[in-house]
Amino acid sequence: MADVKRVERPLSPHLQIYRPQLTSLTSILTRITGNALIVGVILAAWWLLAAATSPEYFEVANAVVTSWFGKLVFFGSIWAVWYHYLAGLRHLYFDAGKGLEIATAEKLGLACIIGSVVLTIVTVILV
Amino acid sequence: MRYLTARKRAEGKGASGTGTEHHWYMTMSAVGLAFIVPVFLFVFGSTIGAPQEAVIATFSRPFPAILTALVTVVGMRHFAKGAQMMIEDYAQGSARKAGIIVAYSISYAVTAVVLYALAKLTLIGFFLGIMAH
Repeated sequence: MADVKRVERPLSPHLQIYRPQLTSLTSILTRITGNALIVGVILAAWWLLAAATSPEYFEVANAVVTSWFGKLVFFGSIWAVWYHYLAGLRHLYFDAGKGLEIATAEKLGLACIIGSVVLTIVTVILV
Repeated sequence: MRYLTARKRAEGKGASGTGTEHHWYMTMSAVGLAFIVPVFLFVFGSTIGAPQEAVIATFSRPFPAILTALVTVVGMRHFAKGAQMMIEDYAQGSARKAGIIVAYSISYAVTAVVLYALAKLTLIGFFLGIMAH
């Protein structure tokens, strides 16, 4: 058989090469927020378990949850859940084959960022 | 023996071997969660930081208990499959398998803990109710 000649193929742009853009940033944030939410979920589940166990155990969990650390985790989780929520809706819209023009996609990305901040503030005020 | 051609056996399954099942589950659970998560945030957020009696009173009521159970079960399946997607994108071989097992284990453990806690809080609330009468 004849030698197979290696061809210098063009490399498709990937994370290290691509210039960060609003669309790529808002896309990766969806993944980061979704996965990071597990921290707040574990803390909340532990707190609920403590409430079901004993007054002493609840006191410990309640102290952690209401400490600066607990507040930071839950505040971050509220933003993460709203961001993931809006970005998820955007993905459903993309899945329907809509909003994929660059100008529209960027507007939707901006809407996710601004919307998540607004909804976080609303949630903190209401709750 | 089933008389299927090789093409027929492969059709619709793609590289994952399960077709679009994973993606479709994420879509379905996303739509479901979109309805219940905002309500859950309000219920849970109003209870966190409250005294234990208030926590028991809240989660031994049917609506907050069922809502929390739903958000946990559906949310944790959504998380497990989402985390799996991330792991499959960045890890290969044994690290990939181990990562997926860890993600699934965490999601099932959290689900079990929350369901146990809810069942027990409901029982405690029930007995406190009896003693109050």
